[in-house]
Amino acid sequence: MSLGRRTLWWMAMCGSMAALAQPVPPHPVPPQSGSTFQSKENRALEADEFANPGMLWVEQGAKLWREARGTTGNSCADCHGDAKQTMRGVAAAYPRHDASIRRILNLEQRINHCVSENQKATSLAYESRELLSLATFVAHQSKGMPIKVDVSGASAATYGRGKALYFQRIGQMNLACTHCHDQNWGKTLLAESVSQGQPDGWPAYRLEWQTVGSLQRRLRACFFGVRAEQPAFGSDDLVALELYLAQRAAGLPITAPGVRR
Amino acid sequence: MSSGLARLRVPESAQPGEIVEVRLLIQHDMETGFRRDMQGRAVPMNVITEVRARYGDQDVFRAELGSGISANPYLAFSIRAVKTGEIRVEWIDTAGVRGSVSAVLNVT
Repeated sequence: MSLGRRTLWWMAMCGSMAALAQPVPPHPVPPQSGSTFQSKENRALEADEFANPGMLWVEQGAKLWREARGTTGNSCADCHGDAKQTMRGVAAAYPRHDASIRRILNLEQRINHCVSENQKATSLAYESRELLSLATFVAHQSKGMPIKVDVSGASAATYGRGKALYFQRIGQMNLACTHCHDQNWGKTLLAESVSQGQPDGWPAYRLEWQTVGSLQRRLRACFFGVRAEQPAFGSDDLVALELYLAQRAAGLPITAPGVRR
Repeated sequence: MSSGLARLRVPESAQPGEIVEVRLLIQHDMETGFRRDMQGRAVPMNVITEVRARYGDQDVFRAELGSGISANPYLAFSIRAVKTGEIRVEWIDTAGVRGSVSAVLNVT
């Protein structure tokens, strides 16, 4: 076999292998909770069921769960009963495709869908105390349960969009999510430690914000950080990114409400 | 904005003379008055100015808070358990909004 023919053979082999094997996108193995990258004090605050300030939102969410709302006068509990049982594991499967409206919704959007469609009430604003309280309360019911989202079928396109966005260089800094959260996690960026970008603790209490915020608010902060245009709350891009992050974190237990710097 | 939501925790039970820890977490923005909103208007200062705790009919703890305290303040203090009674914590903020939370300490 001449050198030229051998080279051609290798090129053909490599080409067919690349076509056959779907390359697994680079991601941290195993996934580690966002709290891993926090200070000892923040981890202690998160673990303290009483002092964790996010628990105030959980408590308020529990109250709102039982409150009548809208023209139907229904509370969440009227349909869903005791959230401890009915909401157990629900948040671990979001964002999720809703067959009735043929859309992928994240947890906040799904709650708002119930508010406007089933309770016939004015939908809640993103990052409002009410919506955050309900979302944190529902997410907290899945504490300890592994994240497991469906990215097949109707969700496949959104998953693909999220994945593409995750690897897309954006902003004046010309950085993609992957450059920090796959390639440089565990290192320090100025005074911050770079996390793996896992969504397990969200909605979380962020000390910088002095309040609980959604994962979308945190993602928007990253867009700001790389000096890119921030997608609007509830935009398809952010929901797609949430879905990609959830799939990337598959198996990681929910820890909401987390405490972040 | 203050919702008056708070958490208060005392031990399940205590023995007479025992020193117990009372823990308090209040949901409050503790707005410093130094911030501006998205329209550039100054956000008025609104912080919890005073917190008082009563055990039975006795004052056991009092604190004056200010703009240097973070949002959703967490306070913990110790009291000596005497007899079964209610621990009631009350507070007031700059806007004049009062809040309170209570729990019963069982002394056996």
